[in-house]
Amino acid sequence: MILLIAIIIMAIILLAAAIYAIIQKDLLYAVIATSVISLILSIMYYVLQAPDVALTEAAIGVALTTIVFIITIRNTERYEGKKYIKVGKKIIKK
Amino acid sequence: MKKVIILTLLAIVGYYLIDVFAQIPFGVNRYEGQNVRDFYLEKSKDDLHVSNAVTSIVVNFRGFDTLGEVTVLFLAVTALGSILYRRREDAHKGVVFFSASKIVRSGAHLLFAPILLLGAYVFIHGHLSPGGGFQGGTIIATGFLLMLLAYHDYRVSHEILSVVESLAGLTFVFAGLGGLLLGKAFLENFLPIGTINFLFSGGIIPIIYIAVGFKVGAELTGLLYTMLNEKEYKKS
Amino acid sequence: MDLTQYNDILTIIFYGTSIGLILIGLYAALVKRSLIKIMIGLSIVDSGVNLLLLSIGYLAGGTAPIFSPAVIDKQNVIMVDPVPQALVLTAIVIGFAVTGVGLALIIRLYRHHKTVNIDEIKNLKW
Repeated sequence: MILLIAIIIMAIILLAAAIYAIIQKDLLYAVIATSVISLILSIMYYVLQAPDVALTEAAIGVALTTIVFIITIRNTERYEGKKYIKVGKKIIKK
Repeated sequence: MKKVIILTLLAIVGYYLIDVFAQIPFGVNRYEGQNVRDFYLEKSKDDLHVSNAVTSIVVNFRGFDTLGEVTVLFLAVTALGSILYRRREDAHKGVVFFSASKIVRSGAHLLFAPILLLGAYVFIHGHLSPGGGFQGGTIIATGFLLMLLAYHDYRVSHEILSVVESLAGLTFVFAGLGGLLLGKAFLENFLPIGTINFLFSGGIIPIIYIAVGFKVGAELTGLLYTMLNEKEYKKS
Repeated sequence: MDLTQYNDILTIIFYGTSIGLILIGLYAALVKRSLIKIMIGLSIVDSGVNLLLLSIGYLAGGTAPIFSPAVIDKQNVIMVDPVPQALVLTAIVIGFAVTGVGLALIIRLYRHHKTVNIDEIKNLKW
């Protein structure tokens, strides 16, 4: 009974984190939400009686995917859309 | 206008997905008599003497797909290395670096050796408990990542990584060719199988998984080292 | 963990969550403008598809497919299907490799065009 309530709460957290990850404009927060999705997914793989897959998802999804995304954000922009564009000498707000 | 079209498309895809998967009952034994699951579980226990059924499927029954996966991973790391090539010595000229704090540095020193030991344990005992080559290799790469983040001038020699990776890949292929030389099929077992739940059981399965563990660990360390060498772009 | 009597609720939870993840990721890949957002969307689609594949092989009341010393001598032990687990293992590793190569291409594009907005990248070279 308690396990069923825990599974329902984890499913709600998954969908909420996915919606947050694609709405947020600050890309660093979106990447952290993606790593939360991988972590909760690893627990659900364990509930489905698959320990090998849970180990693999925890090692690859949480550690390596997050660090590769953060290295990319460091070398490009951090916010999704620019706030001002410059045309000649005037500054037009987008 | 464009969003309306995309939402309609997604609604059609979602409707058909739900329609198909509503006809597959969840958690119910769907086959009567002999089926694929019982066949693989019995053969793994009686013919191969391997405790972990998933390992016996990945290495022995579908071993050719694992060879393809190792090739795809090697191709991806090579492509990444050819897109982002820059040497570490001249990547950070004129940029002032601050080292990580004392806690991170001493923690990385203390944790580096136990993480490598855990990774080696996981891929050596891949046929006895949950684990295997891919999991152990990723844990080893995480240990190297901790050291790379704590010290900004930590060097990993590219030549040693290449040699380890090539030797491990060759071990995999030669273990498969050994079966061909002795009159059986490619990647078939030719060493004696021991008793179940012992370390030396399963023929060539532990040897292949140790080779895969070394190869994946070296490849992912090389990938992280290449990506961390990029110069931070100065916005002007 | 005995979950045999909740089969109807579990069907809706597992299938619904995975199909929801696939649709949310596809929406992000089709509508958003920034290249990094598109890669995040594709990564979410990978996670949803792996959960869907793995939840087909589940048997109610089953245990993990490992013949440990506690299980090896008993009769009539129900074990979960091991074939989808082997397939999902491969799929997770290859999904990560594709994400890595895609992000390296994004870094290279930014060096040349100074932007990651797909509306402003108009040449076809690099």
